[in-house]
Amino acid sequence: MIPLSSYLILGAIMFAISMAGIFINRKNVIILLMCVELMLLAVNINFIAFSHFLGDLAGQVFVFFILTVAAAEAAIGLAILVVLSRNHQTINVSELKNLEG
Amino acid sequence: MTLELLNYAVAWPEIFLLTMACVVLVADVYLDDENRNATYLLSQLTLLVTLVLIAVKATSASETVIAFNGTFVSDALGDVLKFFIVLIIAIVFVYSRDYLKDRNIFKGEFYVLGLFGVLGMMVMVSANHFLSLYLGLELLSLSLYAMVAFDRDNPNASEAAMKYFVLGAIASGMLLYGMSMIYGMTGSLNIAEVATAINQMGDTNIVLIFGLVFMVIGLAFKLGAVPFHMWIPDVYHGAPTTVTSYIASAPKIAGFAMVMRLLAEGMGGLQADWQGMLVILAVLSMAIGNVIAIAQTNLKRMLAYSTISHVGFILLGILAANNDGYSAAMFYTLTYALMSVGGFGMIILLARAGLEAENLDDFKGLNQRSPWYAFMMLILMFSMAGVPPTVGFWAKLAVLKAVIDIDMLWLALVAVFFSIIGVYYYLRVVKLMYFDDPVDETPIEKSRDMQIALSANGLAILVLGLYPAALMSLCVSVFS
Repeated sequence: MIPLSSYLILGAIMFAISMAGIFINRKNVIILLMCVELMLLAVNINFIAFSHFLGDLAGQVFVFFILTVAAAEAAIGLAILVVLSRNHQTINVSELKNLEG
Repeated sequence: MTLELLNYAVAWPEIFLLTMACVVLVADVYLDDENRNATYLLSQLTLLVTLVLIAVKATSASETVIAFNGTFVSDALGDVLKFFIVLIIAIVFVYSRDYLKDRNIFKGEFYVLGLFGVLGMMVMVSANHFLSLYLGLELLSLSLYAMVAFDRDNPNASEAAMKYFVLGAIASGMLLYGMSMIYGMTGSLNIAEVATAINQMGDTNIVLIFGLVFMVIGLAFKLGAVPFHMWIPDVYHGAPTTVTSYIASAPKIAGFAMVMRLLAEGMGGLQADWQGMLVILAVLSMAIGNVIAIAQTNLKRMLAYSTISHVGFILLGILAANNDGYSAAMFYTLTYALMSVGGFGMIILLARAGLEAENLDDFKGLNQRSPWYAFMMLILMFSMAGVPPTVGFWAKLAVLKAVIDIDMLWLALVAVFFSIIGVYYYLRVVKLMYFDDPVDETPIEKSRDMQIALSANGLAILVLGLYPAALMSLCVSVFS
């Protein structure tokens, strides 16, 4: 039987990787979108682990909603990305600096 | 699961708004560009009827009702906040029409997304469960991301949308991570049950505090408190001004509601911990917001930094963590939303095809071009700076009093110090309007409804400043 703490550590590591990916990455916007998805999946692991060990279904129901919202979010994120690449001819994060001050 | 537990009746305004948003979405598909006004009128009608439904519900049944199996709460706080959210978005829609027409983006999407955003805010305000809070928040956020990017050929707008999207998604992720920790410790997602469980456990549980930290960071991101404010200036600057006026006004009210539901109602047992965090956020927001705003030459960016400093003031009221503090923060939030929509409304008023009027220089000599609107802008700037007799003065006074009452005099002094710094950049706008010569003599031509709404908006700030008692007692009554 795998203890609860292992799941939580896995979730925390995934969360940390996604954070690092967002803040260190200076190249590609698509990697940012992937990191955002990873962050939500880390949260999902937490919810499922807690839900299983508490014997409470509500956490798993929450995960279904998070997955659905993540799908909608990816759709909007990619749509913005298309508009962005058409207007700027680049999706390089470090070149997105029209707005500064 | 019985039907009584559902209590549909208290959610009539939301149900109506959802239905009508779908109707507007479908109806808009069948309209030509010449008839786009019908979409606008239908959206306004929807908001108007929603407003009436909220008012009827608030006056007929003001006691707290829990509905939809504990996910939805209907109470006096929710009714007042929802009323103001719908009212302010109706004003935003009035301001939007000329601006969108001038830029050939007068499309149904703006209104449909706007209506769904209002629905998201209303769900957030009435959330009694982490799930409904999260879904309401995402409904609002996803609508806003799309609205920022909605002027498709504008490079600044798409860049702003991307930044908003990524940082907004981080904020949601943080909030969810915090929720998962709290869920794990308390075994419930229902905010009322979480509150009971936390009260039994006491405030020494390290995992709860860990979850609370993530939750506060998520909330700070959404509200735009320093050090989580990076997106605000870019998004306010890059988005079309109508969308900026949307983002800057009503979502702040919904954000206030979210903080109230999560921190004050859900985490009341951890008050000693979140109070300290909010003190740091509030001091930093007031400092950074007011100081950096001085360096801005773009009015939208300046108002963005001013938003950040106002968020600091709202947090001051919340961190007092008593009913006086909450009602002061609520008064501040409601009046700030009104000032903010008026401030961006002025930019929209001066904008025309080919001119955004977003630079400070565009306001030079406004008094010679139109003394009336210069006076309106004067009222708005005075109110944001907190000069009596405008309503901004009473709002600042109320939160400062709440902070002094909990023996944090130093915090009140810091707040006063930074708001005096803030007066400089607000008065600079007034100086440009009254003492400089206009660069641009084009007469101001906007439709009559926008002119009436903007004048009413400015006068409301003044009238509320002269007679603040009614709104103040309304804010006090919802917390007692």
